[in-house]
Amino acid sequence: MNAPLRHPPEIHSVTDDQRYIGVSVPRPGARRLVEGRGSYVDDLRLPRMAHVVYWRSPVAHCRIVSIDRAVARQMPGVIAVVDGHEIAAICKPWVATLGHLAGMKSAPQHPLAIERACWQGEPVVAVVADTRVQAEDALTKLDVTWEALTAVTEMETALDAATPVIHPELGDNLCFTRSLDTGAVDAAFETADVVEEATFHFGRHTGVTLEPRCQIADWNAGDRRLTVYHSQQAPHMMQDLYARQFDLPESSVRVVCRDVGGSFGVKVHAYPDDFATVALAILLKRPIKFVADRLESFTSDIHAREHRVTGRIAATKDGDILAFEIDDVTAIGPYSMFPRTSAIEGNQVVNLVGGPYRHTQYRAKLNVVFQNKTPTCQYRGVGHPIACAVTEGLVDLAASTLGMDPLEFRRRNVIRDDAYPCAGASGVRFEVLSHEACLAKIETLMDYGSLRAEQAALRARGIHRGIGFATLIELTNPGAAFYGIGGARIAAQDGATCRLEPTGALTVLVSVGEQGQGNEGIFGQIAADAVGVSIERVRVATGDTDVTPYGGGTWASRGAGIGGEAVLQAGLALVANIKRVAAVILQRDVETLRVVRDAVVDVDGAELLTLAELGRVAYFRPDTLPPGFTPELMVTRHYAQKDYPFIFTNGVQASWVEVDVDTGFVKLLGHWAVEDCGRVINPMLVDEQIRGAIVQGIGGALYEECLYDRDGQLLNGSMADYLVPMSGEMPDIHVAHVETPTASSKLGAKGAGEAGTAGAPGAVMNAINDALRPLGAAVYSQPITPEKILRALGRVP
Amino acid sequence: MKAPAFDYARPASLAEVFALMETHGDEARVLAGGQTLLATLNMRLSEPALLIDIGAVDALRGITVTNDTSPGTLRIGALVTHREIEESPLVARHAPLLAMAAPHIAHRAIRNRGTFGGSIAYGDPAAEWPVCLTALDGVVVTTSASGERRIPVADFFIDLYTTALRADELVAACEIPIATAGDAFAFDELARRHGDYAIVGLAVAARFAEGRVERIRLAFLGAGSTPVRAGGAEAALVGCVLDAPSIDRAVAQVKAELDPPGDLVNGDATKRHLASVLARRALESLASRSA
Amino acid sequence: MSVAVRPIRVTVNGVAEERAVLPRTHLVDFLREDLGLTGSHLGCEHGVCGACTVRVDGEVVRGCLMLAVQADGCAVETVEGLTDGGTMRDLQDAFVERNALQCGFCTPGMLMAAAELLEQRPDSTRAEVREWISGNYCRCTGYHAIVDAICTVLDARREGRAKTASPSVVEHDDALHAESREPARQADLDALGG
Repeated sequence: MNAPLRHPPEIHSVTDDQRYIGVSVPRPGARRLVEGRGSYVDDLRLPRMAHVVYWRSPVAHCRIVSIDRAVARQMPGVIAVVDGHEIAAICKPWVATLGHLAGMKSAPQHPLAIERACWQGEPVVAVVADTRVQAEDALTKLDVTWEALTAVTEMETALDAATPVIHPELGDNLCFTRSLDTGAVDAAFETADVVEEATFHFGRHTGVTLEPRCQIADWNAGDRRLTVYHSQQAPHMMQDLYARQFDLPESSVRVVCRDVGGSFGVKVHAYPDDFATVALAILLKRPIKFVADRLESFTSDIHAREHRVTGRIAATKDGDILAFEIDDVTAIGPYSMFPRTSAIEGNQVVNLVGGPYRHTQYRAKLNVVFQNKTPTCQYRGVGHPIACAVTEGLVDLAASTLGMDPLEFRRRNVIRDDAYPCAGASGVRFEVLSHEACLAKIETLMDYGSLRAEQAALRARGIHRGIGFATLIELTNPGAAFYGIGGARIAAQDGATCRLEPTGALTVLVSVGEQGQGNEGIFGQIAADAVGVSIERVRVATGDTDVTPYGGGTWASRGAGIGGEAVLQAGLALVANIKRVAAVILQRDVETLRVVRDAVVDVDGAELLTLAELGRVAYFRPDTLPPGFTPELMVTRHYAQKDYPFIFTNGVQASWVEVDVDTGFVKLLGHWAVEDCGRVINPMLVDEQIRGAIVQGIGGALYEECLYDRDGQLLNGSMADYLVPMSGEMPDIHVAHVETPTASSKLGAKGAGEAGTAGAPGAVMNAINDALRPLGAAVYSQPITPEKILRALGRVP
Repeated sequence: MKAPAFDYARPASLAEVFALMETHGDEARVLAGGQTLLATLNMRLSEPALLIDIGAVDALRGITVTNDTSPGTLRIGALVTHREIEESPLVARHAPLLAMAAPHIAHRAIRNRGTFGGSIAYGDPAAEWPVCLTALDGVVVTTSASGERRIPVADFFIDLYTTALRADELVAACEIPIATAGDAFAFDELARRHGDYAIVGLAVAARFAEGRVERIRLAFLGAGSTPVRAGGAEAALVGCVLDAPSIDRAVAQVKAELDPPGDLVNGDATKRHLASVLARRALESLASRSA
Repeated sequence: MSVAVRPIRVTVNGVAEERAVLPRTHLVDFLREDLGLTGSHLGCEHGVCGACTVRVDGEVVRGCLMLAVQADGCAVETVEGLTDGGTMRDLQDAFVERNALQCGFCTPGMLMAAAELLEQRPDSTRAEVREWISGNYCRCTGYHAIVDAICTVLDARREGRAKTASPSVVEHDDALHAESREPARQADLDALGG
């Protein structure tokens, strides 16, 4: 089922000439991409540009004894071989902690490791040459002597006394711990009629953006200006970091993001090799290009989601949930990742477990522990997939014990649609959600009754199908609560500039960028409607700190809600100014004027003045305008969401699977999602975000895991051995919406980018376990592989 | 990553190929489709000084049927691509097992370039062609400056990526006895994603006479360092009608005699189990077809 | 070791190019670096992701698993050439209409693969489309929209062929087509101006 062309008109218009908001307009930016005329970092060449490759630690933990660069330096085309000391001379180290995560600790980290490398893949030496090939050839001649050190690789024993401490000055391997207790949890479990418990494992995995991480750092020594062409989600954040780490004035740094070949959070972090590449440009006074190759990406891109969560649920015999309890341990790298920190994911798990459901008692314990493995940080969905799978797995267990239908059990227990605003047991504040409406809608969308009947009929013939649900909440449109509060200079506000051109066209500059999700498309739709301009005459520009307003960029599903609101406000302010100019030109009362379809019209819709004519007069004939009046046809507005720490969205997903109990193979027969992300600006783009996010979640549920041996060696760091979802195994995904706008903005849009990933693992796991339940088997360890299913069934020891 | 430096030659005749092989010895590697070799070079897993591209040697092309033996022989030249096999009417008719297996090999773009001879010479126990050739009891025809050798497939795959091919030889072609009435085939493999190297796979070539198994070969991929024949299970089926008891016995025999090594995610017990499931399914499929 | 460059003559998007390349340069690096045709992308360089898919002598190949020297004497087509030639305009339009791309990095390779399916397997089912493109990794779309777009074009082309293979056309070519009961091939229809 594909997105409808237009969304319900019950959501009121926010502009005078609303033609595009709510419509599935194809993205103008897609045309150049289907023609192979995109502009990705590796497509760009600059004069005298050189290439860098990094010597990275081949082992999880080692002391760097010596670096002999003599032979490498002499290889053809080699310009420089640079070590950590030389980089450290111009780039400060960093410590990735946030003030509001009390007690969090991490050790200082340099762009290139100096005395010690702490994970397999940590960059240690830079080899710069005229061509990539020459740099790689020289890399093979670099002679690094290192001494292996004991690697800390087991999450469960990271805090044991016998385990070496990776950073002795920190005292132990604990990065962050948190406890939450509502105070009457034990009583709730004691009085409960039903208590169920399960231990959930989530395999470490990674983003695998098809375009690897890459940048060109260009230092103009004459201008003393740094320009970085970066495949990145947050250009202003990187501008700030480069300025501060290199002691440059902020205005000396420009970050440009053009086409980005997939990001998903992998490209919102500041990597050691990012800083090293910039340092090389400054040291060598020429542009330096870094493109991570695929093998390098597997050990250097952030990893995520390695958790063991023990969870319990308490319920009454009537089927009311009383309490949740979790104990979560999660393994990160040897350093918290800069600047957003590696504790956020675990922190979100604590905040989100149990979220959709009515209950007052909750206890959570979180330990975030250091390991000698690739550093971890925010990756699409962040803690949501974990929290949702744990919650939904426990919910299914309780429902099963009670003999209640899992959909019915959820319907009974979700927070009522008329209960808002309210808070969850973990303290999260909900503005307005629609769990009941979404559950009702998914039942119809998937024809639940028929699927249950089909399941029963096929079971009788030895075919095991299962249905799994996952109700979810997702945090979007963050306020400054996320990072600003903790001291990080990551903007929680964004800005948009709307400029009417002399010919009546509209230029829109926005501080939130484009990585394929369609931000530029929706900004164009909003601006066109706000100003009254036809969409073909709107041009959107993003991703350049020299050009756009200052803002936060893409993360935590904020593009539509925050960037979109800034565009709406700027557009509405511009059209007010346009009407003022028109009033003066036409000698009419401004209240009688509107802008519709590229022209100023009167109350009856009669055209009075085209925008092109208005532009001509305003820009080229100010002599015809009254003294004391100046047209202001370029307007900037900023927006920050301040009503709540986050604007939560909600949804529910369902997965329909068939488990081959002889082979353990799972066939995904169908997937449904009902999502409430407030006002939908472009139904097609939102649905496609949901689909892509769901498949990404399925990856973690069934296929993806970074497999390490006991020595901290990554065993499957190639596209052949690390399994990402491909089209052959993926289901068709049916999407529908409930639209409950947020009152925190005029636009009313909430975020939608991560909900798919949040709910898919829980839904698929529950579907598999629903299929296996009559056979007395269950699997709570993701990725759910054939072997795990066969073991659970007792078919294999 | 970028491949290390190497030189390149593209001789037009076998004689020139042999001359280059003699001059350069183990500093040279033969390049046919390149779908395996170039990937390993891109990862810098090997550093040959010279690639000898045999793609211009027409003598290594072609799919032909000859009838001077009985039954006749299907000869597949070393440079025949996976796609050519997939689409060949001669293969469909005379060696349908290959047509069944071909769509499992990687993806279209790989099949357009990858070659049959390349797969046989590389000897990957997880690949489709070695196990199919084993099930069909084919012959590997090699060629060198000193002439041709004909090596029965059972003697060709010796160990992991190790074949009976000598350093101075190329695989020229493979010869497969053509299918006759009474022959039945099955192929299946278990892969997490379409086109991946399978966890285990099975190629079956059976001959029936009067409803009974006259001869059957069960050749597994992914079950050892070479294609593995379940000889005990094969012997147990000879003379039997394929019914529930004989299939059960054969499957138990497969489980008992296979000793597959585990891989990154599948232990040896899992692989053994999966192999036995494939055996059951293949035999049941043959049973219902021959009924 | 020091290896000399080799002269190659390769027709790229209809233009005869004479260049000198190192043997180890793979086809996509040649296209991107030597010819500036950056529409073909690199995602893994081990032949798995499909981002590098280009067409050589009419067949899709992994451009990272073919050397530029091996393309000597061949005709190579990239996404840029197919765009300018207009032969996959309907497919590209369908991708844009259906939003069968997001970041666009997999898209040229995906289009190449899809174009070969449209040509070689014009009666593909939805499941067959999924199987055909299962060698092209996309992280953004989850594949559903891509499959939709390809199926839309399959249907439209099938309808187009059915329309042009109308009685009036067959009568006109009676002598040529008397024995043929196959639906007209697209190439034939193009030649007839249908």
